[in-house]
Amino acid sequence: MAQAPVRETPVSNPVQTRTRFGDFRQGFLGNKLAIVGLVVISLFVLMAVFAPLLAPYDPIKDQNLAQRFDGPSASHPLGQDELGRDILSRIIFGARVSLTAGLAAVVFATVFGTFVGVVAGYAGGLIDATLMRLMDIILAFPSILLAIVIVSILGQGLTNALLAVGVVLLPQIARVVRSSVISVRERDYVEAERAIGASDSQIVFSAILPNSLAPLIVQSTLALATAILDVAALSFLGLGAQPPQPEWGAMLTDAFRSGFGVFTEGQHAIIFPGVAIALSVLAVNFIGDGLRDALDPRRRR
Amino acid sequence: MVRAIPGDPAQILLGQTATPEAVAEIRTRLGLDRHPVVQYLLFLRDAATGDLGDSIVTGQPVTATLLEKFPATLELALAALLFAVVIGVPIGVIAAVRQYSLLDRITSVIALTGVSMPIFWLAMIFVVIFTVNLEILPFPGRVGNEVSFTSYTGVYTLDTLITLNFPAFWDVLKHLVMPAVALGTIPMAVITRMTRSSMLEVMNEDYVRTARAKGVVPWRVVFRHALRNAMLPTVTVIGLQFGLLMGGAILTETIFTWNGIGQFAIQSIDGRDYAGIQGVVLYGAVFFVLVNLLVDVLYAVLDPRVRL
Repeated sequence: MAQAPVRETPVSNPVQTRTRFGDFRQGFLGNKLAIVGLVVISLFVLMAVFAPLLAPYDPIKDQNLAQRFDGPSASHPLGQDELGRDILSRIIFGARVSLTAGLAAVVFATVFGTFVGVVAGYAGGLIDATLMRLMDIILAFPSILLAIVIVSILGQGLTNALLAVGVVLLPQIARVVRSSVISVRERDYVEAERAIGASDSQIVFSAILPNSLAPLIVQSTLALATAILDVAALSFLGLGAQPPQPEWGAMLTDAFRSGFGVFTEGQHAIIFPGVAIALSVLAVNFIGDGLRDALDPRRRR
Repeated sequence: MVRAIPGDPAQILLGQTATPEAVAEIRTRLGLDRHPVVQYLLFLRDAATGDLGDSIVTGQPVTATLLEKFPATLELALAALLFAVVIGVPIGVIAAVRQYSLLDRITSVIALTGVSMPIFWLAMIFVVIFTVNLEILPFPGRVGNEVSFTSYTGVYTLDTLITLNFPAFWDVLKHLVMPAVALGTIPMAVITRMTRSSMLEVMNEDYVRTARAKGVVPWRVVFRHALRNAMLPTVTVIGLQFGLLMGGAILTETIFTWNGIGQFAIQSIDGRDYAGIQGVVLYGAVFFVLVNLLVDVLYAVLDPRVRL
């Protein structure tokens, strides 16, 4: 614990007011892992944004079969893949695809999940029961299996893969939102809004949603980690990003499907894309954990 | 629902050069010319009697194919779960007992790393390390070509054990290690976190304090008084994870060419095998539900207050 300095001069406002945001900032910034996560993910985002400036080669066109699986060298720091493409450049451009896809899946899940959760929690009764049973049905399948089935119905491709992941993640969000909506629904300030004649949608937006925000943010952040992993997994199964698109999961499957040689001479082609996936997912998980500890007073140390 | 997949299975089955008459004949034989609603109702009727139709890919009944491949997947999933529980629970307990210690911190970081692992990547890294570089574990498949034994159950570890064929058992075991650990890593991490947090909760309970005050030896407090109560939420998570293993098995089986249901799922999707896909999905859901039922039964065993 840092010792508070003793003030010599009288201050105008001696009472230290604790604000929710102040508490949150203190909790989150005090968590070293969360900061590490934030830094790492920021680097990945910068990498994705400035990909054309950072990448030394074109991720698709610069092929050279003579340099198939050439190891890391000065001109290709992370080596070359099964078509002799520069792995570093493909990972840099892959950040755009993989992170955007994961983010898009979570945005989808969050928007529709919040909608379902608010409607179910606020309306209650039959609507609640119907919606939540529907969510239970989605939850009754192993998530990857369900995502695979959805993609095989919609047709393979990155857009469909991220939609499938979004659908699979939706119930988690809906459940979290529903339970926090139910917990604030009967509070006095909601009652007060209703008393002054606010409509249902006004009550939802001004009173209910803001007070359900904390768990929603935490759940969405943790869902982002799952989403990045699942999109990569679908791409690995050949259901997501298609070659030659540089996507981390697809990079792994392209290398893997090129034969057993990848394990002997092309090890770097397996290692680095996976490191990118694991690092970004880990960073997001660190942030999610930090947010949860900071936003949930019961978990604060 | 699966019928919406683009691509005509009859056409795929016969190849692009097939005559329209032949395609039409196959369509009639497979019932594809009927209305989708009729197809669905027929599917429900047949599924209730255990008939999931014939797999277009293998030409065998789907039920028979699933039964044939189930032991391989079950063996893999059980081994993965064993790894996850045997490693996860003790680490979680230790981390909770020594809360805030260096060990606890390292554990949480490792657990979080475990949850963040793409298992298909982890599996490939294992192959690079243990097969290619160290040359101590075999890849791919479930058993070496030179090993022969009679299979009664399809669970190879069991088969080789009951026939007392120890060299074969050893070979099967070596094939099983990498896929099982890869598949078990995420559940292991989840179980560690859950065990730790529920242990922490229980350690603050009155009955633990009472036990301590009575002078019960510390390890007995931890195992008899705390762990038994902390296991309730942990068992739920273990069950949930076991159901989810079926999903992860698809990825693991693809990499290790493990001839189980996961591989069959991918083959079915590639071949537009409606009956196969339906069978796998139905199986996945049924398995998930059964496992959760088992968890409820375990609850009653662990907690006498719960009556079935």
